Amino acid sequence: MSEQGLRILVIDDEQAIRRFLRVALSAQGHKVVEAETGADGLTAAGTSRPDVIILDLSLPDVDGIEVLRRLREWTATPVIVLSVRGQEEDKVAALDAGADDYVTKPFTIGELLARIRVALRHATRQTDEPVFSTGDLAVDLARRLVTVAGEEVPLTPTEYDLLKALVTYAGKVLTHHQLLTQVWGAAYQRERHLLQVNISNLRRKLERDPARPQYILTEAGVGYRLRVGT
Amino acid sequence: MPRANPGCALTADDLERPDPEALLKQAQAEERRKRRGELRIFLGLAAGVGKTYTTLEAAREQLAAGRDVVVAYVETHGRAETAALLAGLPVIPRRRLDYRGVALDEMDLDAVLSRRPGLAIVDELAHTNAPGSRHTRRFQDVEELLDAGIDVYTTLNIQHVESLNDVVAQITGIVVRETVPDRVLEEADEVILIDLPPDELIQRLHEGKVYVPDQATHAIEKFFRPGNLTALRELSLRYLAQRVDRQMRTYMGAHGIPGPWPAGERVLVCLGPGPLAEHLVRAGRRLAASLDAEWIALFIETPDHSRLSESEREHIARALHLAEELGARAETLTGISPPQEIVRYARAHNVTKILAGASLRPRWERLLRGSLVEWIIRHSENMDVYIISTPVGTPRPVATSQDQHPASLWPYLVSTSIVALVTILGFLIHGRLEPTNLTMLFLLAVVIVALQWGRGPAILAAALSVAAFDFFFVPPRFTMAVSDTQYLLTFAGLLVVGLVISALASRVREQVRAAHEREASTAALYALSRDLAAASGVPGIPEAVARHVTSVFGRHVAIFLPVGDTLDVAFQSGDFPLDTNERAVATWVFQHGEPAGRGTETLPGSSARYLPLKTAQGIRGVLGVRPADPGDPALSPEQRRLLEAFASQAALAIERAQLAAEARHVQVLQETERLQTALLNSISHDLRTPLASITGALSSLAQDGGSMDEPSRRELLDTAKDGAVRLNRLVGDLLDMTRLEGGALRLRKEPSDVQDLIGTALTQLGETISGRPIEIDIPPGLPFVPLDFVLISRVLVNLLDNAVKYSPPDSPITIRARAVGPNLEIEVADRGPGIPESDIPRLFDMFSRGRRSAHGGVGLGLAICRGFVEAHAGEIRAENRPEGGLGIAFTIPLNGEGPRQSGGADERAGSSHPGNR
Repeated sequence: MSEQGLRILVIDDEQAIRRFLRVALSAQGHKVVEAETGADGLTAAGTSRPDVIILDLSLPDVDGIEVLRRLREWTATPVIVLSVRGQEEDKVAALDAGADDYVTKPFTIGELLARIRVALRHATRQTDEPVFSTGDLAVDLARRLVTVAGEEVPLTPTEYDLLKALVTYAGKVLTHHQLLTQVWGAAYQRERHLLQVNISNLRRKLERDPARPQYILTEAGVGYRLRVGT
Repeated sequence: MPRANPGCALTADDLERPDPEALLKQAQAEERRKRRGELRIFLGLAAGVGKTYTTLEAAREQLAAGRDVVVAYVETHGRAETAALLAGLPVIPRRRLDYRGVALDEMDLDAVLSRRPGLAIVDELAHTNAPGSRHTRRFQDVEELLDAGIDVYTTLNIQHVESLNDVVAQITGIVVRETVPDRVLEEADEVILIDLPPDELIQRLHEGKVYVPDQATHAIEKFFRPGNLTALRELSLRYLAQRVDRQMRTYMGAHGIPGPWPAGERVLVCLGPGPLAEHLVRAGRRLAASLDAEWIALFIETPDHSRLSESEREHIARALHLAEELGARAETLTGISPPQEIVRYARAHNVTKILAGASLRPRWERLLRGSLVEWIIRHSENMDVYIISTPVGTPRPVATSQDQHPASLWPYLVSTSIVALVTILGFLIHGRLEPTNLTMLFLLAVVIVALQWGRGPAILAAALSVAAFDFFFVPPRFTMAVSDTQYLLTFAGLLVVGLVISALASRVREQVRAAHEREASTAALYALSRDLAAASGVPGIPEAVARHVTSVFGRHVAIFLPVGDTLDVAFQSGDFPLDTNERAVATWVFQHGEPAGRGTETLPGSSARYLPLKTAQGIRGVLGVRPADPGDPALSPEQRRLLEAFASQAALAIERAQLAAEARHVQVLQETERLQTALLNSISHDLRTPLASITGALSSLAQDGGSMDEPSRRELLDTAKDGAVRLNRLVGDLLDMTRLEGGALRLRKEPSDVQDLIGTALTQLGETISGRPIEIDIPPGLPFVPLDFVLISRVLVNLLDNAVKYSPPDSPITIRARAVGPNLEIEVADRGPGIPESDIPRLFDMFSRGRRSAHGGVGLGLAICRGFVEAHAGEIRAENRPEGGLGIAFTIPLNGEGPRQSGGADERAGSSHPGNR
């Protein structure tokens, strides 16, 4: 994988976090560039051309979401947002503003690396394979065929579109907003229950125990994520 | 100083130790004095001894010593020496009052108060202020200055001392009207006698050095006789000697010096309705003061009392009031026989000396009815009885037998007709009866008249009966002559029996009336106290008091209660104008604790009478009472007493309510404090424990020189990680709790899939719950419920975490969701040991670690659950399940808003759908 020797920009005002990330990520063979403020971070993003950006939402000078918005004006570099619990609205705002994923503080280095991996995979378009599979679930995007443990599962067109959106961004969290826009169109952004009903139906058809889903995971207050690599 | 100290012999040391009560008394007096200004009285035996001069000299000394001295009021009487002393002292201009066209100069009290000097010079303490002043008397002004913390130097002549008033009158033949209560002198810090031999004083008078009002030259000449002056001088010296003696005793008491201790004397002064009463009170005061004894002024109210005239009743009221002024306890008791009541009271109260006035009744009456004094002497056993004779010039009591009601002719006419009727009846049966037996008919008539119309008509009936009987029935008939002298006895018998019966009957009538009146006031008081007891808290009391005062006295009422630093109207009935003047009077009453306003000596110009609502603890408020019509008659002494009883009832009720409120407040504070302490203890424990494990593990790793094997390093690292996870959870809980407590919780309700909710919670628990059999029971077709997904999933996580913690590993956990009535109900149940029933009610309280505290934890988890659920208008409850284990269920309204009620446990019988696995 191309995950070795990445250039990672860490924008966080907390020295302890930067130090921990520097040590841990360097140990994984990555090169870490540090920025203490939003302004420094934007400059560093321009000068050091990172492969991944780790961005803290609470910065001393500029709001993290504003930094994200300015980054997205000129680069598609994957951005992982660092947040704390209870900031669900901020997470959603960051994701809608173009963040690839988020990690809630406190987090383990394993979680962060997994998020980086997923983000990079999407950034490098590695999901263009026609068949996606995780666990017993297989989705053949070319043939619009969905099977669980080899048995075909009949889906309605909407259910299929929803599953397809999740599969396309497998491993990545998709906000309610993003899913509604992708599947139903921009006009349906507020029809949250449509999403809920279809997710519920999908789970009933795909999951062994819909009350303890293995594939379609809920990110409380944020959206849904399709689990990968099980 | 006898002490109940069984089994332990009293030592000499014990006996000479200062009496704690005496010490306390002295300490209280000193405390009071500390807050008040110091009062120094320059006492003279008469005018002209140089009091003002000496006072001004003292003032100049103080001024020279750097004190802030002002002259508030000094009268030089145009004398150059005095005026010279006045020069250089700052003088506060007098206030000019216009009274009926005459300009009168008075001390400007408010100017002095606002100037706030250290020391004020106020001449002539006994002066009576001009109408329109705040107080009627200057000594009241001075007391207000002292209360404000201002020291005062003042002057006074001995004849103005209240308790010496009548003695002075006896000596000089001049009755002094302006007197100063002894209390003022007793509370003075210094009394300095300005002494001058009488000869020199007379000399000064002749030299024109004594101020003499023009119109009184002759009287003054008579007053300034050597005999008078010597007697007054002796009086002054004795008065001062007594004061010094008391101070000495106070000193000895405080320092444990053995000496002639006051033997606990108690003086009882018996007051009667005569003019002697005030004289008796003064005598009692002198006796009590010389003995340093407690004293009581007692008046026995008999049924006859209601026959007394208004002025006599006023006499009693004044005497009782004077006694209180002079420091006595004034008591009024009811009884038929005053001497019996007096002796009973004296025995019950350990009275040692009884003071009574010599009877003013004529000798024959005393012989007939017995003298009060003699009876007391016979029955008072160990008590000394002092008889005070009548001072010269006291008017003899007038016969008081007339009814005070305006005499109506009607009863007398009726009386006459009844006798006439009996006479006619006598004619009809004459001849069939002995004439002597006819007297029985007449007697009957007298009894009926006495019972119905009272004493006067009865006496008339008796007299008419004798006359009619003699004239019409006794031979020789139709003449007043009597042939048989035996009939004289019949006449006498008829007359005497008639008189006695009429006296008895009328007394019964009056007793009944007195009983009615007393009953009425007792009932009024009882009704008030019953309503006050029922009044809930301070707010209800003023209204209840006002209602009763209005109904009993027919007056408008206003009640003022303190709010912060100001006095606010708590209740106001009818037409009670509350302009700034009236409020000022009420405020004055509140600050000074004395009645003021209409009918009193302070600010009498006010339209209402204001009474302080006073208890032993302090002044709780002010009661204002205003006649509906300014022309209404003033309250009678009895009514005033009843009103005062009302006021003290009200004060007690307010105090009680305030104390109760304070107690509640204190209790809440204590509870809060207890909670805070618990929180701090708990949090500091819960924060430090994981920190300790993290610090310990990491420092071990840091110090490791490579000797540690891999499994040990792993274990240390896991320890640190677990500690961090625990800390993270605690911090999360604390944040949630803060949001809940701070009211900063905002719900983001979305129609949510209950299955998704449960699934999310289980996913979040991850490792914690893996390996546990989880039974999930969700009926199909359960609607989406509007709720805050994040918060309710936190509730589920907490409940599941709890269930895992408190049940055996591998035992199943059940999650059941159902619609119960208008609510969604979710229950999480474990198969653990449950909790004691008694802990259930407090399970959701903050810091109740509830069950099994071995697991640690602040116990915030369930409190947060309750907070989140209640924010959704839901309920949470716990119960030990019949099949074992604890079940915690919460409800959320299905419609999102919903009533807060939830389905009861009875609805559990509802259909339980198989889970969708």
